[in-house]
Amino acid sequence: MAERITLQVTRYRPEQEGRPTVQEYEVPCEKEWVVLDGLNYIKDKLDGSLSYRWSCRMGVCGSCGMMVNGEPKLTCATFLSDYLPGPVRVEPLQYFPVVRDLVIEMTDFMVKLKSIKPWIIREDEKPLSEGEFLQTPEQLDNYKQFSMCINCMLCYAACPVYGLDQHFIGPAAIALAQRYNMDSRDQGANERLDILSQHEGIWGCTFVGECTKVCPKNVDPAGAIQQYKLKATKEWFKDFLMPWRAK
Amino acid sequence: MKETPVYTEYHPRWYRARVSTYWWIRQWKYLKFILRELSSLSVAYFVVLTLLQLRALSRGPASYAAFQEWLKSPIVMALNVVSLLFVLFHTITWFNLTPSAMPVRVRGKRLPDWMIAAPNYVAWLALSAVIAWLILRD
Amino acid sequence: MAKRSNEPFLWSLFSSGGTVAAFLVPVLLFFYGLAFPLGWLASPGYQSTLALVRHPLTRLVLFVLCSLPLFHWAHRFRFTLYDGLQIKHLNEVIIVFCYGGALVGTVVASYILWNIP
Repeated sequence: MAERITLQVTRYRPEQEGRPTVQEYEVPCEKEWVVLDGLNYIKDKLDGSLSYRWSCRMGVCGSCGMMVNGEPKLTCATFLSDYLPGPVRVEPLQYFPVVRDLVIEMTDFMVKLKSIKPWIIREDEKPLSEGEFLQTPEQLDNYKQFSMCINCMLCYAACPVYGLDQHFIGPAAIALAQRYNMDSRDQGANERLDILSQHEGIWGCTFVGECTKVCPKNVDPAGAIQQYKLKATKEWFKDFLMPWRAK
Repeated sequence: MKETPVYTEYHPRWYRARVSTYWWIRQWKYLKFILRELSSLSVAYFVVLTLLQLRALSRGPASYAAFQEWLKSPIVMALNVVSLLFVLFHTITWFNLTPSAMPVRVRGKRLPDWMIAAPNYVAWLALSAVIAWLILRD
Repeated sequence: MAKRSNEPFLWSLFSSGGTVAAFLVPVLLFFYGLAFPLGWLASPGYQSTLALVRHPLTRLVLFVLCSLPLFHWAHRFRFTLYDGLQIKHLNEVIIVFCYGGALVGTVVASYILWNIP
Protein backbone atom coordinates (compact mmCIF):
# COMPACT_ATOMS: atom_id res chain seq x y z
CA MET A 1 0.00 0.00 0.00
CA ALA A 2 1.69 3.15 -1.21
CA GLU A 3 2.23 6.05 1.13
CA ARG A 4 0.55 9.36 0.58
CA ILE A 5 2.01 12.82 0.82
CA THR A 6 0.39 16.22 0.89
CA LEU A 7 1.41 18.89 -1.61
CA GLN A 8 0.65 22.49 -0.67
CA VAL A 9 0.48 24.08 -4.10
CA THR A 10 0.28 27.79 -4.83
CA ARG A 11 -2.74 28.70 -6.91
CA TYR A 12 -3.14 32.06 -8.61
CA ARG A 13 -6.06 32.75 -10.88
CA PRO A 14 -5.90 36.44 -11.78
CA GLU A 15 -9.44 36.42 -13.16
CA GLN A 16 -10.85 35.56 -9.77
CA GLU A 17 -8.38 36.59 -7.11
CA GLY A 18 -5.89 39.37 -6.45
CA ARG A 19 -3.29 37.29 -4.60
CA PRO A 20 -2.03 33.73 -4.68
CA THR A 21 -3.62 31.17 -2.38
CA VAL A 22 -2.54 27.71 -1.28
CA GLN A 23 -4.43 24.55 -2.14
CA GLU A 24 -3.65 21.18 -0.59
CA TYR A 25 -3.69 17.94 -2.51
CA GLU A 26 -2.94 14.46 -1.24
CA VAL A 27 -1.04 12.39 -3.80
CA PRO A 28 0.49 8.90 -3.70
CA CYS A 29 4.15 8.77 -2.90
CA GLU A 30 5.37 5.90 -5.08
CA LYS A 31 8.93 4.71 -4.71
CA GLU A 32 10.61 6.73 -7.44
CA TRP A 33 8.14 9.53 -7.87
CA VAL A 34 9.36 13.06 -8.20
CA VAL A 35 7.46 16.25 -7.41
CA LEU A 36 6.53 16.52 -11.10
CA ASP A 37 4.84 13.12 -10.89
CA GLY A 38 2.84 14.48 -8.00
CA LEU A 39 1.81 17.54 -10.02
CA ASN A 40 0.87 15.39 -13.01
CA TYR A 41 -1.23 13.18 -10.74
CA ILE A 42 -3.03 16.29 -9.49
CA LYS A 43 -3.64 17.47 -13.05
CA ASP A 44 -4.80 14.06 -14.29
CA LYS A 45 -6.90 12.88 -11.39
CA LEU A 46 -7.60 15.63 -8.88
CA ASP A 47 -7.70 19.10 -10.39
CA GLY A 48 -7.28 19.66 -14.12
CA SER A 49 -7.18 23.43 -13.67
CA LEU A 50 -3.65 23.44 -12.25
CA SER A 51 -1.19 25.19 -14.59
CA TYR A 52 2.54 24.51 -14.64
CA ARG A 53 5.40 24.05 -17.08
CA TRP A 54 7.25 20.81 -17.77
CA SER A 55 8.64 18.92 -20.73
CA CYS A 56 11.45 16.39 -20.79
CA ARG A 57 10.95 15.09 -17.21
CA MET A 58 14.62 14.17 -17.13
CA GLY A 59 16.50 17.33 -16.15
CA VAL A 60 17.69 18.61 -19.53
CA CYS A 61 15.08 21.04 -20.76
CA GLY A 62 14.96 23.45 -17.83
CA SER A 63 11.16 23.92 -17.94
CA CYS A 64 10.01 22.59 -14.58
CA GLY A 65 11.86 24.87 -12.15
CA MET A 66 9.80 25.67 -9.02
CA MET A 67 10.31 26.35 -5.31
CA VAL A 68 10.02 23.13 -3.30
CA ASN A 69 9.94 23.87 0.44
CA GLY A 70 11.52 27.22 -0.27
CA GLU A 71 14.41 25.89 -2.38
CA PRO A 72 14.67 26.34 -6.16
CA LYS A 73 14.53 22.86 -7.67
CA LEU A 74 13.79 21.06 -10.91
CA THR A 75 10.59 19.25 -9.98
CA CYS A 76 11.52 16.40 -12.31
CA ALA A 77 14.69 15.80 -10.32
CA THR A 78 13.34 16.14 -6.77
CA PHE A 79 12.16 12.93 -5.15
CA LEU A 80 8.92 13.04 -3.15
CA SER A 81 10.14 10.35 -0.77
CA ASP A 82 12.88 12.69 0.41
CA TYR A 83 10.17 14.91 1.90
CA LEU A 84 8.18 12.27 3.79
CA PRO A 85 6.07 12.59 5.82
CA GLY A 86 5.48 15.99 4.21
CA PRO A 87 3.72 18.30 3.58
CA VAL A 88 5.64 19.71 0.63
CA ARG A 89 5.24 23.35 -0.36
CA VAL A 90 5.31 23.84 -4.13
CA GLU A 91 5.50 27.48 -5.17
CA PRO A 92 6.31 29.30 -8.41
CA LEU A 93 9.94 30.21 -9.03
CA GLN A 94 10.98 33.08 -6.78
CA TYR A 95 11.71 36.64 -7.98
CA PHE A 96 9.69 36.28 -11.18
CA PRO A 97 6.19 37.67 -11.74
CA VAL A 98 3.56 34.95 -11.52
CA VAL A 99 1.29 34.59 -14.54
CA ARG A 100 -0.93 31.81 -13.21
CA ASP A 101 -0.56 29.10 -10.56
CA LEU A 102 3.02 27.85 -10.92
CA VAL A 103 3.76 29.55 -14.23
CA ILE A 104 6.10 32.53 -14.13
CA GLU A 105 6.82 35.31 -16.60
CA MET A 106 10.32 34.86 -17.97
CA THR A 107 10.65 37.61 -20.56
CA ASP A 108 13.13 39.52 -18.40
CA PHE A 109 15.39 36.47 -18.34
CA MET A 110 15.17 36.03 -22.11
CA VAL A 111 15.96 39.70 -22.71
CA LYS A 112 18.99 39.55 -20.46
CA LEU A 113 20.27 36.34 -22.04
CA LYS A 114 20.07 37.89 -25.46
CA SER A 115 21.63 41.18 -24.35
CA ILE A 116 25.06 39.65 -23.81
CA LYS A 117 25.24 38.50 -27.43
CA PRO A 118 25.36 34.73 -26.95
CA TRP A 119 26.85 33.83 -30.34
CA ILE A 120 30.32 33.59 -31.82
CA ILE A 121 31.40 37.11 -32.74
CA ARG A 122 34.13 37.36 -35.33
CA GLU A 123 36.06 40.42 -36.42
CA ASP A 124 37.14 38.60 -39.57
CA GLU A 125 34.75 36.08 -41.02
CA LYS A 126 36.47 32.86 -42.02
CA PRO A 127 35.61 31.95 -45.65
CA LEU A 128 33.98 28.58 -46.24
CA SER A 129 36.89 27.46 -48.36
CA GLU A 130 39.17 27.51 -45.33
CA GLY A 131 37.08 24.88 -43.65
CA GLU A 132 35.86 24.60 -40.10
CA PHE A 133 37.32 26.03 -36.91
CA LEU A 134 39.56 23.58 -35.08
CA GLN A 135 39.58 23.36 -31.30
CA THR A 136 41.74 21.24 -29.02
CA PRO A 137 40.28 19.43 -26.01
CA GLU A 138 42.08 21.94 -23.75
CA GLN A 139 40.45 24.84 -25.55
CA LEU A 140 37.07 23.17 -25.19
CA ASP A 141 37.72 22.55 -21.52
CA ASN A 142 38.19 26.28 -20.96
CA TYR A 143 34.52 27.05 -21.48
CA LYS A 144 32.74 23.70 -21.46
CA GLN A 145 31.42 23.99 -17.92
CA PHE A 146 29.68 27.28 -18.73
CA SER A 147 28.08 25.79 -21.83
CA MET A 148 26.13 23.23 -19.83
CA CYS A 149 23.44 25.74 -18.78
CA ILE A 150 19.88 24.56 -19.50
CA ASN A 151 18.32 27.97 -18.83
CA CYS A 152 16.23 26.64 -15.96
CA MET A 153 16.44 29.95 -14.03
CA LEU A 154 17.01 28.25 -10.66
CA CYS A 155 20.04 30.50 -10.20
CA TYR A 156 17.89 33.60 -10.66
CA ALA A 157 15.46 32.27 -8.05
CA ALA A 158 18.37 31.78 -5.65
CA CYS A 159 19.95 35.18 -6.22
CA PRO A 160 18.77 37.83 -3.74
CA VAL A 161 20.44 40.57 -5.77
CA TYR A 162 18.29 39.67 -8.77
CA GLY A 163 15.26 39.74 -6.52
CA LEU A 164 16.14 43.19 -5.22
CA ASP A 165 17.50 44.86 -8.35
CA GLN A 166 15.75 44.47 -11.69
CA HIS A 167 18.76 45.82 -13.57
CA PHE A 168 21.12 43.05 -12.46
CA ILE A 169 21.88 40.87 -15.48
CA GLY A 170 21.97 37.71 -13.39
CA PRO A 171 24.06 34.53 -13.05
CA ALA A 172 23.02 32.54 -16.13
CA ALA A 173 23.50 35.47 -18.50
CA ILE A 174 26.97 36.25 -17.18
CA ALA A 175 28.00 32.60 -17.26
CA LEU A 176 26.79 32.46 -20.85
CA ALA A 177 28.83 35.56 -21.69
CA GLN A 178 31.88 33.87 -20.20
CA ARG A 179 31.10 30.74 -22.22
CA TYR A 180 31.53 32.78 -25.39
CA ASN A 181 34.38 34.95 -24.13
CA MET A 182 36.45 31.87 -23.29
CA ASP A 183 35.66 30.16 -26.59
CA SER A 184 38.77 30.17 -28.77
CA ARG A 185 36.65 30.82 -31.86
CA ASP A 186 35.16 34.01 -30.44
CA GLN A 187 36.55 37.51 -30.89
CA GLY A 188 33.77 39.47 -29.22
CA ALA A 189 34.99 39.79 -25.63
CA ASN A 190 35.36 43.54 -26.01
CA GLU A 191 31.84 43.98 -27.32
CA ARG A 192 30.39 42.03 -24.41
CA LEU A 193 32.47 44.04 -21.97
CA ASP A 194 30.51 47.16 -22.94
CA ILE A 195 27.25 45.56 -21.86
CA LEU A 196 28.51 43.76 -18.81
CA SER A 197 30.48 46.72 -17.55
CA GLN A 198 27.38 48.80 -17.17
CA HIS A 199 26.90 49.94 -13.63
CA GLU A 200 24.27 47.33 -12.91
CA GLY A 201 25.58 44.73 -15.35
CA ILE A 202 27.59 42.50 -13.08
CA TRP A 203 28.67 44.81 -10.29
CA GLY A 204 25.55 44.22 -8.23
CA CYS A 205 26.84 40.72 -7.54
CA THR A 206 28.07 40.32 -3.99
CA PHE A 207 29.14 36.68 -4.37
CA VAL A 208 26.38 35.20 -2.25
CA GLY A 209 27.18 31.98 -4.09
CA GLU A 210 23.69 30.46 -3.92
CA CYS A 211 23.41 30.41 -7.70
CA THR A 212 26.19 27.84 -7.92
CA LYS A 213 24.69 25.76 -5.11
CA VAL A 214 21.29 25.36 -6.78
CA CYS A 215 22.54 24.82 -10.33
CA PRO A 216 21.48 21.32 -11.47
CA LYS A 217 24.18 21.22 -14.14
CA ASN A 218 27.22 22.41 -12.12
CA VAL A 219 27.73 25.43 -14.32
CA ASP A 220 29.19 27.43 -11.39
CA PRO A 221 27.84 30.84 -12.43
CA ALA A 222 29.29 32.45 -9.29
CA GLY A 223 32.76 31.42 -10.42
CA ALA A 224 32.08 32.77 -13.89
CA ILE A 225 31.02 36.12 -12.44
CA GLN A 226 34.06 36.46 -10.18
CA GLN A 227 36.38 35.54 -13.03
CA TYR A 228 34.62 38.12 -15.15
CA LYS A 229 35.00 40.78 -12.44
CA LEU A 230 38.74 40.18 -12.41
CA LYS A 231 38.91 40.39 -16.17
CA ALA A 232 36.79 43.55 -16.34
CA THR A 233 39.00 45.14 -13.65
CA LYS A 234 42.16 44.33 -15.59
CA GLU A 235 40.58 45.88 -18.68
CA TRP A 236 39.62 48.98 -16.71
CA PHE A 237 43.19 49.46 -15.51
CA LYS A 238 44.54 48.92 -19.01
CA ASP A 239 42.13 51.53 -20.36
CA PHE A 240 43.04 53.91 -17.57
CA LEU A 241 46.78 53.59 -17.93
CA MET A 242 46.84 53.37 -21.70
CA PRO A 243 43.92 55.42 -23.04
CA TRP A 244 45.37 55.42 -26.52
CA ARG A 245 44.58 51.72 -26.93
CA ALA A 246 42.49 51.11 -30.03
CA LYS A 247 39.00 49.99 -29.02
CA MET B 1 -24.39 44.95 -38.44
CA LYS B 2 -22.39 47.88 -39.59
CA GLU B 3 -20.58 49.02 -36.42
CA THR B 4 -17.44 47.17 -35.41
CA PRO B 5 -17.66 45.85 -31.84
CA VAL B 6 -15.46 47.54 -29.27
CA TYR B 7 -13.12 44.96 -27.84
CA THR B 8 -11.35 45.67 -24.57
CA GLU B 9 -8.13 43.76 -24.40
CA TYR B 10 -7.85 41.63 -21.31
CA HIS B 11 -4.36 41.28 -19.91
CA PRO B 12 -4.37 39.16 -16.81
CA ARG B 13 -2.56 40.78 -13.91
CA TRP B 14 0.79 39.26 -13.01
CA TYR B 15 1.47 38.82 -9.35
CA ARG B 16 4.73 40.37 -8.20
CA ALA B 17 5.73 39.48 -4.67
CA ARG B 18 7.67 42.21 -2.93
CA VAL B 19 10.95 41.04 -1.46
CA SER B 20 10.70 41.36 2.30
CA THR B 21 13.17 43.56 4.16
CA TYR B 22 13.80 40.47 6.29
CA TRP B 23 14.63 38.14 3.39
CA TRP B 24 18.04 37.52 4.90
CA ILE B 25 16.74 36.42 8.29
CA ARG B 26 14.37 33.81 6.87
CA GLN B 27 17.05 31.33 5.79
CA TRP B 28 20.32 30.40 7.46
CA LYS B 29 22.28 30.45 4.18
CA TYR B 30 21.32 34.06 3.61
CA LEU B 31 21.96 35.03 7.24
CA LYS B 32 25.42 33.49 6.99
CA PHE B 33 26.02 35.60 3.88
CA ILE B 34 24.95 38.83 5.61
CA LEU B 35 27.14 38.01 8.63
CA ARG B 36 30.06 37.54 6.26
CA GLU B 37 29.35 40.95 4.75
CA LEU B 38 29.01 42.52 8.19
CA SER B 39 32.49 41.28 9.08
CA SER B 40 33.66 44.35 7.16
CA LEU B 41 32.48 46.40 10.15
CA SER B 42 34.95 44.55 12.34
CA VAL B 43 37.70 45.28 9.84
CA ALA B 44 36.84 48.98 9.98
CA TYR B 45 36.73 48.80 13.79
CA PHE B 46 40.23 47.36 13.80
CA VAL B 47 41.52 50.21 11.62
CA VAL B 48 39.99 52.79 13.96
CA LEU B 49 41.48 50.98 16.96
CA THR B 50 44.89 50.95 15.28
CA LEU B 51 44.73 54.67 14.48
CA LEU B 52 43.79 55.44 18.09
CA GLN B 53 46.69 53.32 19.29
CA LEU B 54 49.14 55.05 16.94
CA ARG B 55 47.91 58.45 18.08
CA ALA B 56 48.38 57.45 21.72
CA LEU B 57 51.86 56.22 20.85
CA SER B 58 52.74 59.57 19.26
CA ARG B 59 51.71 61.44 22.37
CA GLY B 60 54.14 59.78 24.71
CA PRO B 61 54.39 57.01 27.30
CA ALA B 62 51.68 58.35 29.63
CA SER B 63 49.19 58.59 26.80
CA TYR B 64 50.09 55.11 25.56
CA ALA B 65 49.72 53.65 29.04
CA ALA B 66 46.30 55.29 29.37
CA PHE B 67 45.31 53.73 26.04
CA GLN B 68 46.41 50.30 27.26
CA GLU B 69 44.19 50.73 30.29
CA TRP B 70 41.27 51.78 28.11
CA LEU B 71 41.70 48.59 26.08
CA LYS B 72 41.01 46.58 29.23
CA SER B 73 37.56 48.08 29.79
CA PRO B 74 34.77 45.48 29.45
CA ILE B 75 32.98 47.03 26.48
CA VAL B 76 36.14 47.45 24.43
CA MET B 77 37.30 43.97 25.36
CA ALA B 78 33.93 42.51 24.33
CA LEU B 79 34.11 44.37 21.01
CA ASN B 80 37.64 43.06 20.48
CA VAL B 81 36.58 39.46 21.06
CA VAL B 82 33.56 39.75 18.76
CA SER B 83 35.63 41.54 16.13
CA LEU B 84 38.36 38.91 16.21
CA LEU B 85 35.75 36.20 15.58
CA PHE B 86 34.29 38.17 12.68
CA VAL B 87 37.71 38.92 11.23
CA LEU B 88 38.65 35.23 11.36
CA PHE B 89 35.34 34.50 9.62
CA HIS B 90 36.33 37.01 6.95
CA THR B 91 39.77 35.43 6.47
CA ILE B 92 38.43 31.89 6.19
CA THR B 93 35.60 32.75 3.80
CA TRP B 94 37.95 34.96 1.75
CA PHE B 95 40.51 32.20 1.24
CA ASN B 96 37.82 29.61 0.53
CA LEU B 97 36.28 31.78 -2.18
CA THR B 98 39.55 32.71 -3.90
CA PRO B 99 39.70 29.48 -5.98
CA SER B 100 36.35 30.38 -7.61
CA ALA B 101 37.72 33.66 -8.88
CA MET B 102 41.08 32.33 -9.98
CA PRO B 103 40.90 28.89 -11.56
CA VAL B 104 44.35 27.53 -12.31
CA ARG B 105 44.85 25.07 -15.15
CA VAL B 106 47.84 22.76 -15.24
CA ARG B 107 48.33 20.72 -18.39
CA GLY B 108 44.71 21.26 -19.38
CA LYS B 109 43.17 20.12 -16.08
CA ARG B 110 41.77 22.51 -13.55
CA LEU B 111 43.40 22.28 -10.11
CA PRO B 112 41.01 21.36 -7.25
CA ASP B 113 39.86 24.26 -5.06
CA TRP B 114 41.78 23.22 -1.96
CA MET B 115 45.04 23.42 -3.89
CA ILE B 116 44.47 27.10 -4.46
CA ALA B 117 43.10 27.85 -0.99
CA ALA B 118 45.81 25.93 0.92
CA PRO B 119 48.79 28.15 -0.08
CA ASN B 120 46.79 31.16 1.13
CA TYR B 121 46.34 29.58 4.56
CA VAL B 122 50.01 28.61 4.72
CA ALA B 123 51.12 32.12 3.74
CA TRP B 124 48.73 33.58 6.30
CA LEU B 125 50.14 31.45 9.13
CA ALA B 126 53.72 32.15 8.08
CA LEU B 127 53.12 35.90 7.84
CA SER B 128 51.37 35.89 11.21
CA ALA B 129 54.33 34.11 12.76
CA VAL B 130 56.73 36.70 11.34
CA ILE B 131 54.59 39.56 12.64
CA ALA B 132 54.33 37.91 16.06
CA TRP B 133 58.10 37.59 16.18
CA LEU B 134 58.53 41.25 15.20
CA ILE B 135 56.13 42.39 17.92
CA LEU B 136 57.34 40.15 20.70
CA ARG B 137 61.12 40.45 20.35
CA ASP B 138 62.50 43.08 22.59
CA MET C 1 30.73 52.68 -27.45
CA ALA C 2 28.74 52.96 -24.26
CA LYS C 3 30.45 54.50 -21.30
CA ARG C 4 31.98 51.85 -19.09
CA SER C 5 31.34 52.05 -15.39
CA ASN C 6 34.06 52.89 -12.89
CA GLU C 7 32.87 50.13 -10.59
CA PRO C 8 35.90 47.96 -11.50
CA PHE C 9 38.19 50.44 -9.76
CA LEU C 10 36.11 50.39 -6.59
CA TRP C 11 35.97 46.62 -6.76
CA SER C 12 39.77 46.47 -7.00
CA LEU C 13 39.99 48.54 -3.80
CA PHE C 14 37.51 46.17 -2.19
CA SER C 15 39.40 43.04 -3.17
CA SER C 16 42.89 44.33 -2.36
CA GLY C 17 41.60 45.70 0.97
CA GLY C 18 39.97 42.37 1.72
CA THR C 19 43.18 40.52 1.01
CA VAL C 20 45.26 42.85 3.21
CA ALA C 21 42.69 42.50 5.99
CA ALA C 22 42.54 38.72 5.66
CA PHE C 23 46.29 38.33 6.02
CA LEU C 24 47.19 41.01 8.56
CA VAL C 25 44.27 41.82 10.82
CA PRO C 26 43.74 38.55 12.76
CA VAL C 27 47.22 38.34 14.26
CA LEU C 28 47.40 42.07 15.07
CA LEU C 29 43.96 42.16 16.65
CA PHE C 30 44.78 39.04 18.63
CA PHE C 31 47.94 40.52 20.14
CA TYR C 32 47.00 44.17 20.64
CA GLY C 33 43.30 43.63 21.25
CA LEU C 34 43.32 40.52 23.42
CA ALA C 35 46.65 38.98 24.43
CA PHE C 36 48.38 42.11 25.73
CA PRO C 37 45.40 43.79 27.48
CA LEU C 38 44.35 40.49 29.09
CA GLY C 39 47.90 39.80 30.18
CA TRP C 40 48.26 36.48 28.34
CA LEU C 41 51.61 37.74 27.07
CA ALA C 42 53.84 40.47 28.39
CA SER C 43 53.15 43.65 26.53
CA PRO C 44 56.24 45.04 24.79
CA GLY C 45 57.12 48.38 26.34
CA TYR C 46 56.55 51.86 24.98
CA GLN C 47 60.10 52.23 23.67
CA SER C 48 60.08 48.89 21.94
CA THR C 49 56.75 49.55 20.23
CA LEU C 50 57.77 53.06 19.19
CA ALA C 51 61.04 51.77 17.73
CA LEU C 52 59.13 49.23 15.69
CA VAL C 53 56.49 51.67 14.47
CA ARG C 54 58.70 54.61 13.55
CA HIS C 55 60.68 52.55 11.00
CA PRO C 56 59.74 53.82 7.50
CA LEU C 57 58.87 50.35 6.28
CA THR C 58 56.53 49.79 9.21
CA ARG C 59 54.89 53.16 8.55
CA LEU C 60 54.34 52.18 4.94
CA VAL C 61 52.83 48.83 5.87
CA LEU C 62 50.67 50.51 8.51
CA PHE C 63 49.46 53.04 5.94
CA VAL C 64 48.39 50.27 3.59
CA LEU C 65 46.81 48.43 6.54
CA CYS C 66 44.82 51.47 7.62
CA SER C 67 43.73 52.56 4.16
CA LEU C 68 42.85 49.63 1.90
CA PRO C 69 40.77 47.69 4.45
CA LEU C 70 38.71 50.86 5.01
CA PHE C 71 37.87 50.87 1.29
CA HIS C 72 37.08 47.17 1.59
CA TRP C 73 34.57 48.05 4.33
CA ALA C 74 33.21 50.98 2.31
CA HIS C 75 32.41 48.87 -0.75
CA ARG C 76 31.08 45.89 1.15
CA PHE C 77 28.96 47.97 3.53
CA ARG C 78 27.53 49.96 0.63
CA PHE C 79 26.16 46.78 -0.96
CA THR C 80 25.00 45.44 2.40
CA LEU C 81 22.94 48.61 2.81
CA TYR C 82 21.52 48.18 -0.70
CA ASP C 83 20.58 44.54 -0.27
CA GLY C 84 20.10 44.15 3.47
CA LEU C 85 18.16 47.28 4.26
CA GLN C 86 16.95 48.01 0.72
CA ILE C 87 17.82 51.70 0.92
CA LYS C 88 19.28 51.98 -2.53
CA HIS C 89 17.23 55.10 -3.11
CA LEU C 90 19.62 56.82 -0.66
CA ASN C 91 22.41 55.96 -3.08
CA GLU C 92 24.21 59.30 -3.03
CA VAL C 93 24.18 59.51 0.76
CA ILE C 94 25.49 55.96 1.05
CA ILE C 95 28.31 56.54 -1.42
CA VAL C 96 29.44 59.72 0.32
CA PHE C 97 29.23 58.07 3.73
CA CYS C 98 31.14 54.94 2.75
CA TYR C 99 33.85 56.09 0.36
CA GLY C 100 34.05 59.50 1.99
CA GLY C 101 34.55 57.80 5.31
CA ALA C 102 37.32 55.65 3.86
CA LEU C 103 38.99 58.70 2.38
CA VAL C 104 38.81 60.55 5.71
CA GLY C 105 40.35 57.51 7.41
CA THR C 106 43.13 57.44 4.84
CA VAL C 107 43.92 61.12 5.38
CA VAL C 108 43.88 60.70 9.17
CA ALA C 109 46.17 57.66 8.87
CA SER C 110 48.63 59.62 6.70
CA TYR C 111 48.68 62.44 9.22
CA ILE C 112 49.21 60.22 12.23
CA LEU C 113 51.87 58.08 10.55
CA TRP C 114 53.73 61.11 9.27
CA ASN C 115 53.84 62.57 12.77
CA ILE C 116 55.14 59.58 14.68
CA PRO C 117 58.08 61.03 16.76
